[in-house]
Amino acid sequence: MSTGAKDHAQLSDIFNEDEARVDWHDETLWFVRAKRDKAAHGLPEWETLRETASQIKDNVLSNLHDYLLQFEANAEKNGIKVHWAANGDEHNKIVHSILKESGVNRIVKSKSMLTEECHLNDYLHKNDIEVIDTDLGERIVQLAEEPPSHIVLPCIHKKKEEIGELFHKHLGTPEGASDPVFLTAAARDHLREKFITRKAAITGVNFAVAETGEFVVCTNEGNADMGAHLADVHIACMGIEKILPLRKHLSVFLRILTRSATGQPITTYSSHFKKPRPGQTMHIVLVDNGRTTQLGREDFRNSLKCIRCAACMNTCPVYRRSGGHSYHTAIAGPIGSILAPNLDMKNYADLPFASTLCGSCSNVCPVKINIHEQLYKWRQVIVKEGYADPKKAMAMKAMDFTLSNPSIYKIAGKAGRWVLKHAPFTVNNKLNLWYKHREMPEPPKQSFGEWYKQNNKND
Amino acid sequence: MTVGLFIPCYIDQFYPNAAIATLTLLKKLGVDVVYPTKQTCCGQPMANSGFEHLTQGCNDLFIENFSEFDYVVSPSGSCVLHIKDHLHADKAEDKALGIRKKIYELTEFLTDVLKVEKLTASFPHKVGVHQSCHGQRGLMLAQMTELVEAPFSKPLHLLNMVEGLELINLKRPDECCGFGGTFCVAEEAVSVKMGKDRVADHLNGGAEYITAADMSCLMHMEGILRRQNSNVKVIHIAEILNAQEF
Repeated sequence: MSTGAKDHAQLSDIFNEDEARVDWHDETLWFVRAKRDKAAHGLPEWETLRETASQIKDNVLSNLHDYLLQFEANAEKNGIKVHWAANGDEHNKIVHSILKESGVNRIVKSKSMLTEECHLNDYLHKNDIEVIDTDLGERIVQLAEEPPSHIVLPCIHKKKEEIGELFHKHLGTPEGASDPVFLTAAARDHLREKFITRKAAITGVNFAVAETGEFVVCTNEGNADMGAHLADVHIACMGIEKILPLRKHLSVFLRILTRSATGQPITTYSSHFKKPRPGQTMHIVLVDNGRTTQLGREDFRNSLKCIRCAACMNTCPVYRRSGGHSYHTAIAGPIGSILAPNLDMKNYADLPFASTLCGSCSNVCPVKINIHEQLYKWRQVIVKEGYADPKKAMAMKAMDFTLSNPSIYKIAGKAGRWVLKHAPFTVNNKLNLWYKHREMPEPPKQSFGEWYKQNNKND
Repeated sequence: MTVGLFIPCYIDQFYPNAAIATLTLLKKLGVDVVYPTKQTCCGQPMANSGFEHLTQGCNDLFIENFSEFDYVVSPSGSCVLHIKDHLHADKAEDKALGIRKKIYELTEFLTDVLKVEKLTASFPHKVGVHQSCHGQRGLMLAQMTELVEAPFSKPLHLLNMVEGLELINLKRPDECCGFGGTFCVAEEAVSVKMGKDRVADHLNGGAEYITAADMSCLMHMEGILRRQNSNVKVIHIAEILNAQEF
C-alpha cells in the first residue's frame, strides 16, 4: 500500500490522535485474544499440538523441494494444472494469462493474503479485469479502496456505522443503517449476483497436501466454495510454504488454525479441492516471491512456518494500539515485521523496531515461530546493512564510549542528574520525546555507587 | 557463597533506593554480597536498537567485574535476560558463558537458590504487580497467560510472605507496559498509550503502589502517573521485600 514515506512510528502517531478509537481497536482485538485463550485452555493437549505442528513445519521446510515436486505430480495426476511463479509479477502474469485464455474479464476472489502480497487486484484492474472480493471484510475494504488492516479480520479497523455508510453509497442500503445482521444480508444479496454471473474464481490455499495433490481452503463464510463451485475456472494461489506432507497432518493444523485465529474450534468451511469437476478447469499457482531467500536466512527461515492465523497480531500490544495500516505492508503485526524486511529491507527497516520485544507473539504462535527473537535479529541485520538513522548510530557510538569507561560513566551520570535537578528546562521540553507525556525521573541526591562508597569504606 | 551485585546503570543513577534495598535484603538473608564499583551497563540499550556489535566494551567490562563470583544477582529481569542471552567475548568466551549460567534476577535468586520460605517484611498497602515481560516471558519468573501450563509466580510467592500486603487484581495480568528501551521515544505515541492503559488497570484495581522486578517499566509508569498528578507510587519489589512498615 502507499502511505507516502511515513514509517510505523509516524503512522502510529496519526492513529493515536483519536484515543477513544485506539481504545476501541485495542478492546476489539483483545476480545479476540481472550476468545483464543479460552479455546486453547479448553484443550489440555494444546502445547503438544503446537509442538507437533511446529515439528511438521520444520520437516516441510527441510524437505520443501521434494514435497513440492510430489505435490505437483499428484495434483497433475488429479487433473489440476500446476504453474510456478518466481515472484509476484510472474504470479500476476500467470493468473492474467489464464483468465485471458478463458475469455473472462470479471472474476470473484476469496481471501488470499498471497494475492495481497503480489498486488494482484491492482494488476488485473490495470489489465481491465474486474475483481470482486467475496470475503465480507475484504469486500468492505475494497469498497473503501483500502488495503486490509488484518489478515483474518480485514476491516477490523472500521466501525459498523462506517460500514453502513459505505454500503449506503455502494450497495444502496438505507442511510444510517448499521445493524450488522442487516448489512450482512445486504452484502449477501450483492455478492450472490456476482457468484452466479462470474465465470472464474480465485481462491487462496491454507494447506496443500503433497501425498494426495489436494488443497484445503478454510473460510467461515463459504465464499470460497460459492465462487469455486459456480465458476468454470478455479485458480488457487499459494505460497510454496503451505505444503503439508500427509493428509493426516491436517488433523493437527485444522485444530490449531481457527482456535488461534478467532477462538472457534474449526472454520465453518474447511473445503478440500482435489480435482476439477467435469467441464471445469482447475489451476494452482505455486509462488516463491522471496520465500526461498528467507529459507536461506538461517535466523529467519522458520518464519515460513506461519499459517496466517493472526494470533500474534491480536495479542500484540503495539498492533492493537497502532492499527494494521501503520505497518504499510500486506501482512501487518509481528509476523509481518519479520517477513517484510526479507522482501525489501530498506522500505521495511522500521518494522522490526515497532515492538517492545515483549514476547507475547511467540507464546501464542501455534507453530512456535520465535517471532520476538527474530525481531531482535532483524534489528541487527538492518543496522549492519546500513539502514539505521545516522543520528541514532552516532548516539549509540557515544553511548558505547560512555558505558565502556567506568570513570566517564560516573561523571556523565553525575552531570545528567545535576542537569535534571538544576536545569530541568533543558530536558523538560518538547524536544525530549519522553517528556511529551511523561515526567522525567526525580534525580536522587547521590547514585547508588556514591552511596556505596560512603557506606562501605572498607571495600 | 559470594554474590556479585549487578546494579543496572539507570537504577544506579535514578533509583538508588531499589539498589540499597536489594543489597540490604541479601545481607539480611546472610549472603556475602560484593558490589564491584567499576560496573556500568549490560549493553542492552545498544543491542536492542540493533547495535549489538557495539557492545563488546560493555561485555568485556562486565566479564572483568563479575567472572570471579559464585553468583551474579541483579534487581532487573530485563538486564539479566540480556546478559543471559547475549554476553559474549571472543577472548574469554568460557568466562562469558560462566556468567550467563550464574546470573540471576533477584526474585529468582531468592526463590530458586536461597529457597526463601519466610521473610520478616511488612508493607500494609494495596499493591498491583506489574509482570515485566523480559522477567516473565524471558526468564520465566511467572507463568504466562498465553500458555496452557500450570500457574506459578516467583514474585507473588515472595510478596505473599509480606505482612499486611494486599494484592489487587488486574484485567490484563501480563500485558506489556510499553517501555521497551529506545522504543519509549522511537515509538512515543504507542509507548505512552500502552503505559497509560497499564497504569489505568492498576488504578481501577485500587492500587496504592505498583511494583515490579524491573525498575525500567516502573520508571515509565511513574512518568505517566506523575504527569497525571496521581498519588499512586511505584516501588521496586526489593523495597517491599525489605520493608518494615507497620
